[in-house]
Amino acid sequence: MKEASPAKAYALHVGVIVLLFALSFVLPEYHHGLLARIMVLAVFAMGYNMLFGYVGLLSLGHAMFFSAGLYGAGLAVIHLGWSVPAAFAAGLACGALLALVIGLLALRTSGVAFMIVTMMFAQVFYLIILYLAAWTGGDQGLVVPQSARVLVLGSTSLGLTNPTVRYMSALVLFSIVLLMTLAVVRSRYGRVLVAIRENEERTKMLGYDTFSNKLAAVVVSGTICAASGAAYALLFGYVGSTFASVQYSILPLLWVLLGGAATTLGPLIGTLFMYYVVDITSGYTSAYLLIVGIALILLVLFFPKGILGTIRQRWLGWLP
Amino acid sequence: MTPLLTTKGLSRNFGGLRAVDGVDFALMPGEIRAVIGPNGAGKTTFVSLVSGRIQPSSGMIVFDGADITNLPAYARVRLGIAYTFQITSVFANLTAYDNVALPVQRTLTDGRSKGAVHASAMAALERTGLADRAHMPAGQLSYGHQRLLEVAMGLALKPRLLILDEPTQGLADSEIDNFIGLVREIAKSATVLLIEHNMPVVMQLADRITVFNAGKILAEGTPEQVRANAEVQDAYLGTTP
Repeated sequence: MKEASPAKAYALHVGVIVLLFALSFVLPEYHHGLLARIMVLAVFAMGYNMLFGYVGLLSLGHAMFFSAGLYGAGLAVIHLGWSVPAAFAAGLACGALLALVIGLLALRTSGVAFMIVTMMFAQVFYLIILYLAAWTGGDQGLVVPQSARVLVLGSTSLGLTNPTVRYMSALVLFSIVLLMTLAVVRSRYGRVLVAIRENEERTKMLGYDTFSNKLAAVVVSGTICAASGAAYALLFGYVGSTFASVQYSILPLLWVLLGGAATTLGPLIGTLFMYYVVDITSGYTSAYLLIVGIALILLVLFFPKGILGTIRQRWLGWLP
Repeated sequence: MTPLLTTKGLSRNFGGLRAVDGVDFALMPGEIRAVIGPNGAGKTTFVSLVSGRIQPSSGMIVFDGADITNLPAYARVRLGIAYTFQITSVFANLTAYDNVALPVQRTLTDGRSKGAVHASAMAALERTGLADRAHMPAGQLSYGHQRLLEVAMGLALKPRLLILDEPTQGLADSEIDNFIGLVREIAKSATVLLIEHNMPVVMQLADRITVFNAGKILAEGTPEQVRANAEVQDAYLGTTP
């Protein structure tokens, strides 16, 4: 955290948002849809980065926060017939509440134990979803009916199945979370979080209640991930237990590491990169995972701090 | 005058070892107190108990009339007990400015203005002569400057009791002279508890000296009294006539 010119950082972030907005009008249909999905999942990665990148807490259970939002919003629509905004709020509330409870329990540990405990809780959450198949659809999942995915704003109603509406909704969510992350990182609270990552013992001896600060970070991180999950359910219309599986706890870690932990734009870059490497290589060969693996190894060798992390270290020290 | 800090029967065991053994200690407001003793005498353990970094096995700690024995460390810092680490423990990857801004932003009560954090952080850096290095990562500062940064962080907490654990360790002679001046200035606004091995520093700074040996207080008094104490000489030289 250098004393960077704030104008430059904000200009960059607004520039990225404007670029994504402009892309909506030029991208072919397939990439348009893919990018909408990537933006929603980048929000998941940004939520993960908040905890992993800035506080240094490595969780292996963030799939539960994503799926808390996913199911919270999806089931509210399917079973209770709630409107889109109410369902989205329900998803957020589920994620925040879950994060608070899990945080209170898991933060009694640290390091490897924290990884294991968060992973265990996520597995429990996953199994509960399967167990409650009568409501959750079990491993089949549920489809959120198209008729319910309509956002009513005053007298206009926007169908979330419309590609442009979907893209713009994803962009709005992404932009809000991105700018919020930037503001938190540059704030005094952000400085305390980084201090905890660097040396928790020392931070305590400066008079900070590190437990409360970490708990707040878990709740913020969990809520952002739940926002991503809720948006996913409402925009793409599917609620499934795969999203609660351990794979979806590892993916955000991978995206963040690729893009650069503790960089504000890294999660987007990492998600984008991973999606397109898979997309391009799978077009050529069925052994695309081999190429993905090689790409990952090369990245770790030459960009050990992730794409943006390494760029920041070598060339652009002011990057937030 | 009532003491700022008192301990009653303060003890801490590590397994079978009584690192601190029933210590009764009192510190008056405004004094500079040096704690000396051979290696392993329990000095660092004692100040760690006072600062709350470790919990006592038994005994009681009273700060400014309140029992703080069961308070966590961060709460004691908020009451005004600041501890600077024996092993330099600055945030190496953060700038010197951010290192000092962390304690500053917590003590500021207005909580809003960015200017206030900046002004107070720079003031603490200036007092320790680090202002021109504010934007260097702390890990790239020289060892002596890191020690000073450690003190600056302690100062920025606006402590009522500043505990300095071997602050001059590893400093050059010229740096030590500056350091003595700095501690004298700090003592105008805070009580100082100083663990120190460097005897010339102790003799110049301390109003009173407490000598630890084997977890107990062996002697206490003015520098002259302690210097003349035969038991203290035995503890240090290991000769019993």
